[in-house]
Amino acid sequence: MIKLNINDKDYEVDESQGMPLLWAIREQCKLTGTKFGCGISQCGACTVHVDGKPTRSCITPAATVEGKKIRTIEGIQPDGNTLHEVQKAWIEMQTPQCGYCQSGQIMSAVALLEENPSPSDEEIDAAMSGNICRCGMYGRIKAAIKKASVEIQKSSTL
Amino acid sequence: MKKWTRRAFIGAGVLASGTLVLGIAIRPGNRSSKVADVIARDGESVLNIWLKIAKDNTVTAIIPHAEMGQGVHTALAMMLAEELDADWSQIRFEEAPAIKEYANYAVAKGFLGGGPNVPKFLNETVDGVFLTAVKSMNFQITGGSSSVRFTGQYAMRVAGAAARAMLVQAAAQKWGVNEESIRIEKGIISDSSGKSASFGEIAPEAAKVKKPSDPRLKSEKEFKIIGTSQPRFDIPDKVTGKAMFGIDVDLPNMKYATVAASPVFGGRVKSMDKSMEGKNGVIKVLNLGNAAAVIADGYWQAKMALDSMNLDFDLGENAKINQDQIIARYQREMDEAREKDELDTHYEVGNVGVEFEKAARVIEAEYQVPFLAHATMEPMNCTVWVKGEEAEVWCGSQNPLGVAAAVAEELDIKQEKVKVHNQLLGGGFGRRSENDVILQATRIAREVSYPVKLIWSREEDMQHDVYRELGISRMKAALDESGNPLAYQSQFIFRHHPPEAADIPYAVPNQQIRFSSPASHVPWGNWRSVDHSTHGFYSESFVDEIAHAAKQDPLSYRKTLTSDQPRFQAVLDLVKEKSNWGTELPQNWGRGVAVHKSFGTYVAEVAEVEVDISGGIKVHRVICVADPGFAINPDSFKAQMESGIIYGLSAAVSGEITIRDGAVAQSNFHDYPVTRMKDSPKIETYIINSGNAPGGAGEPSTPIIASAVGNAIFDATGVRLRRLPFQIEMPVRENTLG
Repeated sequence: MIKLNINDKDYEVDESQGMPLLWAIREQCKLTGTKFGCGISQCGACTVHVDGKPTRSCITPAATVEGKKIRTIEGIQPDGNTLHEVQKAWIEMQTPQCGYCQSGQIMSAVALLEENPSPSDEEIDAAMSGNICRCGMYGRIKAAIKKASVEIQKSSTL
Repeated sequence: MKKWTRRAFIGAGVLASGTLVLGIAIRPGNRSSKVADVIARDGESVLNIWLKIAKDNTVTAIIPHAEMGQGVHTALAMMLAEELDADWSQIRFEEAPAIKEYANYAVAKGFLGGGPNVPKFLNETVDGVFLTAVKSMNFQITGGSSSVRFTGQYAMRVAGAAARAMLVQAAAQKWGVNEESIRIEKGIISDSSGKSASFGEIAPEAAKVKKPSDPRLKSEKEFKIIGTSQPRFDIPDKVTGKAMFGIDVDLPNMKYATVAASPVFGGRVKSMDKSMEGKNGVIKVLNLGNAAAVIADGYWQAKMALDSMNLDFDLGENAKINQDQIIARYQREMDEAREKDELDTHYEVGNVGVEFEKAARVIEAEYQVPFLAHATMEPMNCTVWVKGEEAEVWCGSQNPLGVAAAVAEELDIKQEKVKVHNQLLGGGFGRRSENDVILQATRIAREVSYPVKLIWSREEDMQHDVYRELGISRMKAALDESGNPLAYQSQFIFRHHPPEAADIPYAVPNQQIRFSSPASHVPWGNWRSVDHSTHGFYSESFVDEIAHAAKQDPLSYRKTLTSDQPRFQAVLDLVKEKSNWGTELPQNWGRGVAVHKSFGTYVAEVAEVEVDISGGIKVHRVICVADPGFAINPDSFKAQMESGIIYGLSAAVSGEITIRDGAVAQSNFHDYPVTRMKDSPKIETYIINSGNAPGGAGEPSTPIIASAVGNAIFDATGVRLRRLPFQIEMPVRENTLG
């Protein structure tokens, strides 16, 4: 058993047999917002942040992230009643369809905007092309990232 | 969806020789008492089976369709709210339970009964007939772009209008005034003397008045909610991670399972060892006949055990089959069927043979599309808990009533004893209308006393899908000296549904469209837009070839040949305008157009494509014009068009399942690539509300994107590509690409 810090809370998890972080998060910590899509880092549905970096949890052994700060979709809201600017923009643009990939999309977008608050189209493409959306909502995802970017910059200049 | 055939209805005793058997008088609008126990909680008044009103004035629409992102829960609630004259803020929804009272008689009626053409005086009887039939078929399907067209039109709007009439009647009685003096606006009931009440106050009495059998529906001009863009109900939970998909279900004492099925369809387990039972979190190892299953404390433990297991399959004769042989066999069987005159006729008019003899020019081409997997983002999964003579199922299904029936049959228990908890679907596209995974989960769960969640790996999902058919179409056209088509002949393989998919909209006086169905060992399934996904590519590419052979502009050519069909004219005109058709593009770019009607919606698309020096295809922009009759929730409708285009684009430029040694050669997204953000075009969608009956939204933009892109590639390079996914062999036309 090891201790994982997820969304500022400690969890004890079984890391044996090379247990990927994804399954520890979903089945042991019961945080099901993070999704299983491919298991080989091809689709991005499992994206979480490890020390702020977007990370594919399906190929990251849980044992390798002990002592690091892990953030999942359940941990990005500033508080229980307020959505993150990215989440607000996602609703505004009516971005999700089936919604299954969207936790991963949002985690990639949040990481992008934390690193680069005003990304160009090419930078958005580069940061987001590891996340597959079979409903094909790429245009809306891109529009929502731009919208969130504007809002984040507005609030940081206040 | 296989059950949509007329034959199935005849089998159910409903249609005999294509005629409705009348005389069964069930009133589908009058079953409130039967469902009240299931849908109503304390203080809620059930006005009809689709609608209940609570004391706090909230109105809940009961929606008999699954949500997979198409926005059906919202759109259908809008249709009900419109006729009820409710305030949109008071509307809630619940997905209908998987019980027979919620079988989709409206969908069945729409598909098979000719929809609104049934005479009014027969309505109740006909609805009753369909209800009886769909109950017997456990038909509660979400598919065929049918929810708005049929359930929305024939159930939700009628339910809302009927409830409105009941509220009016009850208020008039209570206040001792004429019904004519009652008004309802934005959820407030009032009369001319100034009395007013909320729905919640009147609902208990309204539930007791006589139900109107033929309530008045609004005309388009009266719409206040329909036709406005309303935010979807399902979106907020999808941005916080709270949305519950089948794979997210968590139950006390639940265990996890995963499987490895014979890689070759039809193979069986020859030998397997169960030595890992009791070790490393593994609880039980099962031989399911065609697959090995492991039950463990978690998915990972189950997967590790399965991967290290000594497992051997008897692959059977199918293991000798390879992709090239399948194609060669299909082509040979097409030749034989034609020579032996064994083709089935899809459509025939005039005499094509005579025209081919005297034609100024004959064009011939063979088109081909590959097998395709659905690759929904959420891998297949299902949780089952078998409790003796009862069972509970948690899944995301396009037909939850079908799930209940299948599980009951598998366990040999009563259908009423199977409770299905349908969750959100992480992509459907037709895949989640099948019960294979549900039955497999049931076979595993019946071996233990606790709930088991079966999760397929992505590899299992890719290699044990039900596939869009590998298809071939051979087409031939005769032109006169001015390039007008005299005859059109097409021979294709496999006809599933909808039956009109192989039709062409063009005025060609002589047509012969025929097909055959060669043997195949690869399981077939409904894939977004089904047969339209193949025919939209075949015929809209071929007509482009004809237009070019006739030395005419392909868009104008299509317009000329549809001059008697105003809806085709309108979508073509608008797509021409919005795409700046005919204006110059950068070097190595091309424009292509395609137009098609499917699921009651007319769609024209223009793709702008760049072909680079290495043969790379970049689709920059797609202009989409759709006439769905009337778009219920316009922004949501646009989102469906965007989605259908990207889904079809994956199939146009990258998607291909091939068969090697009888098995699917691809296993995951690295070798079954799909469109990603960097490859996705800018999509502009324009809606034409023509005032016709509502058409579908989920599928109609998919069929023609491949042909629009292929036609654009031809425009850019002069190379005609007739096989999907497109691959350009270099060098293409000299001097075109610098």
